[in-house]
Amino acid sequence: MSLAELERTGAIATAGRTIIEMDSVDMDFVLGGTFFNQVVLRALSGVSLKLVSGRALALVGESGSGKSTCARMLARVYKPTRGTISFEGEDVTKFSGKRLARYRSDVQMVFQDPFGSLNPTQTIGYHLERPLRLHRPELSGKAVREEMLALLDRVGLRPAPDYLKRRPHELSGGQRQRVAIARALSVQPVVLLADEPTSMLDVSVRLGILNLLEDMKLQRQLAALYITHDIATARYFAEDTAVLYAGHLVEQGPSEEITERPQHPYTQLLIEAVPNPARKISTTRTRRAVDIPLWTAQSRGCPFVSRCPRVTAVCKEVMPAPVSVGPAHMVRCHHI
Amino acid sequence: MSSDRVLLEVRNLTVDYVGDNSIARAVNGIDFDIREGEAFGLAGESGCGKSTVAFALARLTRLPGLVSGGSVRFQGEEVLSFEKARLKAYRWREVSFVFQSAMNALNPVIPVSEQIMDVIETHNPELGQKGARARAVEMFELVGIPPQRLDDYPHQFSGGMRQRICIAIALALNPRLIIMDEPTTALDVVVQRDIIEQIVELKSRLGFSVLFITHDLGLMIEFCDRIGVMYSGELVEVAPATSILTNPQHPYTRALGSSFPPLTGPRLRLEGIAGSPPDLRALPKGCRFSPRCPHAMAVCGETAPELRFYPQHESEAACHLLN
Repeated sequence: MSLAELERTGAIATAGRTIIEMDSVDMDFVLGGTFFNQVVLRALSGVSLKLVSGRALALVGESGSGKSTCARMLARVYKPTRGTISFEGEDVTKFSGKRLARYRSDVQMVFQDPFGSLNPTQTIGYHLERPLRLHRPELSGKAVREEMLALLDRVGLRPAPDYLKRRPHELSGGQRQRVAIARALSVQPVVLLADEPTSMLDVSVRLGILNLLEDMKLQRQLAALYITHDIATARYFAEDTAVLYAGHLVEQGPSEEITERPQHPYTQLLIEAVPNPARKISTTRTRRAVDIPLWTAQSRGCPFVSRCPRVTAVCKEVMPAPVSVGPAHMVRCHHI
Repeated sequence: MSSDRVLLEVRNLTVDYVGDNSIARAVNGIDFDIREGEAFGLAGESGCGKSTVAFALARLTRLPGLVSGGSVRFQGEEVLSFEKARLKAYRWREVSFVFQSAMNALNPVIPVSEQIMDVIETHNPELGQKGARARAVEMFELVGIPPQRLDDYPHQFSGGMRQRICIAIALALNPRLIIMDEPTTALDVVVQRDIIEQIVELKSRLGFSVLFITHDLGLMIEFCDRIGVMYSGELVEVAPATSILTNPQHPYTRALGSSFPPLTGPRLRLEGIAGSPPDLRALPKGCRFSPRCPHAMAVCGETAPELRFYPQHESEAACHLLN
C-alpha cells in the first residue's frame, strides 16, 4: 500500500507539520537457503505511514507483527529493502556521516527495558552528559550541568542534583524510564520512537510515564511513534492507531474509532482479547491464538486468512486495497 | 461455582525478610480464606507481598525469607507444621504452582515429556513409566497441545504453549488448589485470553481452586470470584470481584482501579496513584497508605485501621473513612 493510496482514504493525520513519511516500505530478512534459492522473511510489506509534529501514532499488533522492525527502520538501524523513508523531505536512506549523526539525534528512541538501557556502572549524570557533549558541542561546561538539572526536573526526578550522582540500581523501574526519557530529550529531538515504554513497569507508574510522554509531545511538538501490544494505552496516549499484522497495515484511524468501531476481523480479535472487568469469562472456548504466518517474498493474499472467520477464495489470492470506512478511518479487508 | 466450604484458611500470616542488621516485614498478619472451587485473587503493586504470600502457602519460603507467625490450614490441617513426608504429598498433589515465566520454569535441555513424567512418577511410582506417559499424553490433550509433540524440547514451543505445558504439569496430579503467580503476564493479549479461558474451562470441569496473582486488575476482576487487595504487606480490602469494580471501599482499591486507561468513552487524562509504596524498613505511623491517600485525616497518621466486615457492601476493608 503506497502513501498515496493511504492518503486517498483520508486515514492520515493532516493537522501539524509532516516530519517523517514512510512510503511502500518492504523489509526483507534472509533466513537461509542457498544463494539461488534464498528463504526470505518479509517482515514488513508495503507499509506507509506519516508522523506529524505534536501527534502520536500508535502501532499495535502481536509479537512478531513487525512493530519493532518499523521503529528500527525509522531509527536507521535497518535500511528498507524497497520503498522510501523521508525526513522533512530528505531521503533518509541516503544519509551518511555527519548528516546521519544529526538525523540520529533528531530521532530518539525510548526502549522497553529500563534495566537494560542504562549502563549500571555509570551515574545518571553521565547518561545525560554524554549525549549533551556529543550532540550539542556549543554548550559550555556550566550550561551542560544546568541543562542536565533542568532535564531531570522536567521528567519529575526531584531534587535533581541528588539524582545526578546516583547509579541505575538505586532507582526504581519507573525512575529509570524517566532517566531514559530525559536522555532522549537532551538532544532536542523532533521525533520520539517509544517501543513498549511502559510494558515492564508496574501499573501504578505506567500512567505517570504516559502522562510525561504526553506532556513532552505537546510542549515540544514531538512527532511520536508509540509501539505497544496494549491497545488501551495506545488509545490513551496516541491520537491515531495503526494495526499491524504479519508486516501489513490492516487498519488505521483515530484511536477512539479503532477501539470503539473496529472493522478488520484482526482488530476485533485484539479488542475482544483485552481484559474487560465488565464481563465474565465464557467457558465456551474458541481458540484464537494461532501463530502469525511466516510471510515470505512468495506469499500472496491477505496474511490473516489462517485465522479469519470471513475468509473466501479471493482472500487467498489478493491483498485487499485500503478502503475508507468513516472519517479518517481505513481498513483492508475484502468483506467490508 | 464455588461452594461455601473453606479449602485453605490463612490466619495472621506474617513473613519477614531478615537482613544483616534489619528486618523487613513483607507480610504483616493477613487473614483470608480460599473456598472450594473458588478463584481468589491477590492484587497490588510490585513489592506489596502478593508473591511472598503465595510462596508461604506452598511452604516455599527460603532464607532470607522467614514465616514468623500465623497459621495456614489446608482442609483443617496445619500446613506450617507439616513434616517432610506430609509436605511432599502436600506440594503438587494438593497444591501446585504455575509461575510467571514459563521460559524459566521448564528445563531447556530436557524434553518436556520427561518433565511431566517426572512429576507423575515421583508422586505415583505405582503407575510405572508406561502409566506416567499415558497420563502425560492425557494432560497434553487436556491443555490442547498435540501429544505427538510430547518429546519436543521447550525451545520448540511458543511462549503460550510453554505456559500451557506448565499448566499441564500443575494439573497432572489433580491438585485441589493451583497457585498461579502472574501466569499470563509475559504473553500477548490474544494468547492470554486463550489461556485464561482454558483455565476457566478446566476449573469448572475439574473443580480445583485457584489463587490468582496478577497486577492486571481488569483481568483479575474478570477471572476471580473474590479479590484481596494488598498494600505494603497488608490486606486493605477483600470483596467479591464485582464489588472491587463497581463499589470499591478502600481509597487504594479505587486508585488502583483508575490506573487503567479505559477502552471506551472520551480520552481523558488519568492521574493514577501519586507517590510510591513505603520502604518496609521505615514504615509510616498509622495507616500505611495515608501518605499517598487523597482523603487522609488526622487519625490516619496515628492509628492503623483494622480489616472489618461491612455487610451492606459485602466487603471487608481497612479504612478509617468507613467508620
